[in-house]
Amino acid sequence: MNFTASKQPENCLLGPESDSQRTLYPYVTGTSVVALKYKDGILMAADMGGSYGSTLRYKSVERMKPIGKHSLLGASGEISDFQEILKYLDELILYDNMWDDGNSLGPKEVHNYLTRVMYNRRNKFNPLWNSLVLGGVKKGEKYLGTVSMIGVNFEDNHVATGFGNHLARPILRQEWHENLSFEDGVKLLEKCMRVLLYRDRSAINKLQIAKITEEGMTISPPYSLKTYWEFAAFENPTQGAVGSW
Amino acid sequence: MFRNQYDTDVTTWSPAGRLFQVEYAMEAVKQGSAAIGLRSKTHVVLGCVNKANSELSSHQKKIFKVDDHIGVAIAGLTADGRVLSRYMRNECINYNFTYESPLPVGRLVVQLADRAQVCTQRSWKRPYGVGLLVAGLDESGAHLYYNCPSGNYFEYQAFAIGSRSQAAKTYLERRFENLADSSRDDLVKDALMAIRETLQGETLKSSICTVAVVGVGEPFHILDQETVQQMINAFEIVGEQEGPAAEPDDASGQEAAAEQGGSTDEGVAPMDI
Repeated sequence: MNFTASKQPENCLLGPESDSQRTLYPYVTGTSVVALKYKDGILMAADMGGSYGSTLRYKSVERMKPIGKHSLLGASGEISDFQEILKYLDELILYDNMWDDGNSLGPKEVHNYLTRVMYNRRNKFNPLWNSLVLGGVKKGEKYLGTVSMIGVNFEDNHVATGFGNHLARPILRQEWHENLSFEDGVKLLEKCMRVLLYRDRSAINKLQIAKITEEGMTISPPYSLKTYWEFAAFENPTQGAVGSW
Repeated sequence: MFRNQYDTDVTTWSPAGRLFQVEYAMEAVKQGSAAIGLRSKTHVVLGCVNKANSELSSHQKKIFKVDDHIGVAIAGLTADGRVLSRYMRNECINYNFTYESPLPVGRLVVQLADRAQVCTQRSWKRPYGVGLLVAGLDESGAHLYYNCPSGNYFEYQAFAIGSRSQAAKTYLERRFENLADSSRDDLVKDALMAIRETLQGETLKSSICTVAVVGVGEPFHILDQETVQQMINAFEIVGEQEGPAAEPDDASGQEAAAEQGGSTDEGVAPMDI
């Protein structure tokens, strides 16, 4: 009997090298995405930052993309995984279009497809490290949902990812109502994004707002929010502070 | 059709460019008991003749629910039909699981046709010996399709397959222009009358036929015997006692002769139409 160990190839999935095949931590990440339903469709906002750990490294990352005719996808988390998801969806929409039969995948179908993808990856311990927001309008019906990297999915009138859940959702719960006009919707989103800008260290002051309606999708050019720093307490922050030496 | 030296294998072409095994499979459909389908803009009705072998046995199941929005009626080798229904149910369930949305019937029908085509191009397989009338709803409304053993599929306003289906087709040809705007109940009545045509004078009873409906806001379901009998009674469909019954009998006699004549000559192969 031969007990000598056989030589394993370098990319073997057995043994200590197997974990290098799986996603363990994210590298380049996007921060919150916030979205809400309004009168004509969905409004979604995301800044254009791609952080590399604590460094705000990339400042022109588009984190919202149209999917087919009816949907809009926004992502936070690992940017390369978002790009991978866009490739999957591109193929999905392509095959859908190739049927050329008057049927098309709406936002609900795309949302559920993404949920399946995310959940299956999570089961293999190799997640796509993203929190996704999927919104769209089809045949007059507005749809807005979210999927996380572990496959948690739900729909709501307003959703957010990451820090947005803690800072933006409470504002939306207070101030969102059915049939917001476009201007009111944008104002509400900007209010949320401003809070995130002040309080989320991975947020940058360069954002886009995307709108999707029955007619189609438009995305604003990047712009900045006005911020206010002239609070008295900021003038001389250490005045009156008690020191230990 | 007569035996010839090119009909042993499905993978052998005849010099006239025909695949006889596929045509023989389509003959099997013609031998099965009749199935009919008709649609309006919002509903589709399927009906079939269900004759049991003997009084002791139950009748063959010929109408299958595939999903809430799709159903199928078969004629021919019912075992093949059962297997294909299982495939269709699987496809619908898988699509629904992934997309939380019903599989558009037009796409199911293409997948079914592709499967049937495979069996016409493998030497170790035989074509399915069953014709399927697929009734379903999708984004663009109500649809009725006919899937052939040859792998072809066609969309119809109304159609009939199986034995003595020509009589039903004649009736439907007279009625089809009005079907699009028919009410659901009128559609069922037309289905029952078409079934009656295939019975050639025999009394139409709910025990020898099955009717199923699918429509906007109405999931696919088979009507129970009582309801069907009530509709038959209400529409006063009683065998030969009605005047119009005499005409279709004469017409169907002529049609049957013409049908047999047409199939023996080396004309266009049925699957090419």
